[in-house]
Amino acid sequence: MAANDPGSGLPRWAVSALLPLINLLAAFAVSGIVIVVLGESPVQALVSLVRGAFGFREAWGYTLYYATNFIFTALAVSVALHCGLFNIGGEGQGYIGGLGVGLVCLFLDGLPFLLLVPLAVLGGAAFGAVWAWVPGYLQARRGSHVVITTIMFNFIAATVMVYLLVNVLIEPGQMSPQSRAFAEHATLPAMHDLLGRIGIDFPRTPLNLAFPFALVCGVLVWIYIWHTRWGYELRTVGANPEAAVYAGISPARNVVRAMAISGALAAMMGLNEVMGVNHRLLLNFTAGYGFVGIAVSLMGRNHPLGIVLASLLFGALYQGGAELAFEMPKVTRDLVVVIQGLVILFVGALEYLFLPALRPWFRARRQAPAAAGEA
Amino acid sequence: MLQGSIHGIIGENGAGKSTLMSILYGFYRPDAGSIEVGGRATEIASPADAIAAGIGMVHQHFMLVEPLTVLENVLLGAEQGPLLRQGLRRARAALSDLEREYGLEVDLDAPVGELPVGLQQRVEILKALYRGAEVLILDEPTGVLTPQEADELFRILAALKRQGRTMILITHKLREIMAVTERVTVMRRGRVVANVATADTSRQQLAELMVGREVLLRVEKRRAKPGAVLLQAEHLDYTDGAGVRRVKDLSLSVRRGEIVGIAGVAGNGQSELLALLSGITRPDSGVLTVNGSRLYARVAADAGADAAAAPEAADARRMRAAGLGHVPEDRQRMGLVTSFAANESSILGYHDDGAYNGPLLMHRRRIIASSQRQMDEFDVRPADPLLRCDGFSGGNQQKIIVARELDRDPDVLLIGQPTRGLDIGAIEFIHRRLIALRDQGKAILLVSVELDEIMSLSDRILVMFDGAVAGEVAGEEATEQTLGALMAGVGAA
Repeated sequence: MAANDPGSGLPRWAVSALLPLINLLAAFAVSGIVIVVLGESPVQALVSLVRGAFGFREAWGYTLYYATNFIFTALAVSVALHCGLFNIGGEGQGYIGGLGVGLVCLFLDGLPFLLLVPLAVLGGAAFGAVWAWVPGYLQARRGSHVVITTIMFNFIAATVMVYLLVNVLIEPGQMSPQSRAFAEHATLPAMHDLLGRIGIDFPRTPLNLAFPFALVCGVLVWIYIWHTRWGYELRTVGANPEAAVYAGISPARNVVRAMAISGALAAMMGLNEVMGVNHRLLLNFTAGYGFVGIAVSLMGRNHPLGIVLASLLFGALYQGGAELAFEMPKVTRDLVVVIQGLVILFVGALEYLFLPALRPWFRARRQAPAAAGEA
Repeated sequence: MLQGSIHGIIGENGAGKSTLMSILYGFYRPDAGSIEVGGRATEIASPADAIAAGIGMVHQHFMLVEPLTVLENVLLGAEQGPLLRQGLRRARAALSDLEREYGLEVDLDAPVGELPVGLQQRVEILKALYRGAEVLILDEPTGVLTPQEADELFRILAALKRQGRTMILITHKLREIMAVTERVTVMRRGRVVANVATADTSRQQLAELMVGREVLLRVEKRRAKPGAVLLQAEHLDYTDGAGVRRVKDLSLSVRRGEIVGIAGVAGNGQSELLALLSGITRPDSGVLTVNGSRLYARVAADAGADAAAAPEAADARRMRAAGLGHVPEDRQRMGLVTSFAANESSILGYHDDGAYNGPLLMHRRRIIASSQRQMDEFDVRPADPLLRCDGFSGGNQQKIIVARELDRDPDVLLIGQPTRGLDIGAIEFIHRRLIALRDQGKAILLVSVELDEIMSLSDRILVMFDGAVAGEVAGEEATEQTLGALMAGVGAA
């Protein structure tokens, strides 16, 4: 129905590509004004931001490393959203998922690398899935709203991790609350190592095997959602729960299932951070990636391809922003966060801000050829 | 349009009747053209302008606030000042005058939600009159009324007419047009195709104008040859989540080769009955037998054991497996997923079928092919399985659903409001399909609020009132009067 679909009457490309682009430009325009007020050149700032994100190979490495986290958390958000659930607990699920990965790496490191990696993936996915399953179950069977429970579970995850790292997993004899470093073979190989082995010279960056895995997950999610009967059920429940009941599809079971998958995907962000980059369990490695994933998913219109592209954009903002803060002393790290916030605001929260302005233009365009045909 | 007359507007679904009225009432703005009220060109940009110009509207779905009293509802939007007291007193006086003048008696202090539908409609009319409406637009006013209530409405309209008010009656019921209007405008595809005096025309002629070709108003059918009982419900009882007992100890049976019609004013348990029979909700107690297999028997003690927030629906699957097809009452809310492509909605309920699935992936091409075949067979337009469901008109959406359910060749078919909101062409098509199915030896249970439909299709008619069967009438013996009395809950047949 038209009321549910604000983009109705517009060509699909306009809603899925043009509109996010306009939103992005608007965010940049507002950021530009802020930079002008600070007495810097917005053009110069944009140039250093883009150069910082894509200008040299090391920058690419960092951009893609950030993008890896966003792909995982945004895929998590999108799977839940296709089932009509707003999972804002990616942060906590990624945190607990990272714990699962870390426990496998710490305690099963007697196993060889080739066994350890799939076990770490499964362990992380299981922890993340369970962490999301609880809110899913409460939503499906007890009617507790998933938005409320998932955000509360973020806090619980944070305190659980502090407790474990301070009291249980801390490396003996150390002050800082973090585990011992993983054994060499209990880490994901970095891209510079892998590429170096096949003769490609790539600078040292945090980019690791989790990035191609993220792309694989994107393809798997696409297949699951649009090409399996379980995805069909999930989308039916999300689009029209009454039609689902009519069709003999259980909304409750699908809600729980979607949340578990969502949590498992969010957990892979922990895989990237814990096994791919930090090589130990530590505090706050999630660093807000779970929340940014919400904006990334919205901007990517909950489609894996869009999510990968939007993740690239946000990765670029993170990496380029850091370079920008480095090059322009007046543009502080905090201001970079403001710019990121503006992008999130425009593409996420104000998604359809410019839609009414677009509509007449498209209507005129559509009627013009028709009128020409009549004349 | 003449002052002091009732003007009918009739047309197929999607002909533009409602759009035209929305323009008159200021919901939409016209791209071109002008509106004249009382000889003056009037710009109507919002409902407030329309009210100021003396246009009142009674919507098909009432725009009332249920917990508020009649008086408060009438005052809504016309409060006159920050404090209610003054306005309430003035409204009460004005309303008593209106009531006396037109015989529109309503208890002003009753909460609207507690009034029967017919009285709620009166409140809508009072609301329009209180705001000084000279022109009253009524959108499908009799859809929710019993025949008796409809007669009462027309009596009120006649009284209003004598006082010089003008009424626009939008309807798809030819009978009403013939009975109460002076002139009638026929619309087709956004254009006025005829504007005639009602006395100079006939039902047949109007129907043909609407559709643009000849139509059969009567459904041709032979006598039914009922066989074995295929669907049997015994002592069904169901209390909904709000604690209202919706279905009360209801038993019925449908035989092979007959159409059983369930008549009744909307809200007397028909919807709940359909949900029970199709397995969407579970009865608190009762036994259901489909095609010889007892599907579930529950005793009252089980009730309330699972107070799940999201309903479990495993049984809708079992009912389908037992050979029961179900065309739901509300196609957009239940029958299909409007945001899905047509081919995806064409497997709703059958998505687990081996024909559509490999071990892991679904066979998209096979699904699209089977959807294409269904569309061709049922003349869905446009016959494009890739088009989103909300891109189809209501009639074509209904055809998609009917095609899906009949494609499985079910032995028992439950069909709710099969032609609600459909145009005459589509109604004719679906009615003929139903009769053909009956003659093939299917058992069909038809639930409809359209008495004409029930009477022309059914071999037996059960009238539901307040969650129970109030009486049974043989199809050929039924008249509006006998059914109407049963529907209103007065006297048994």
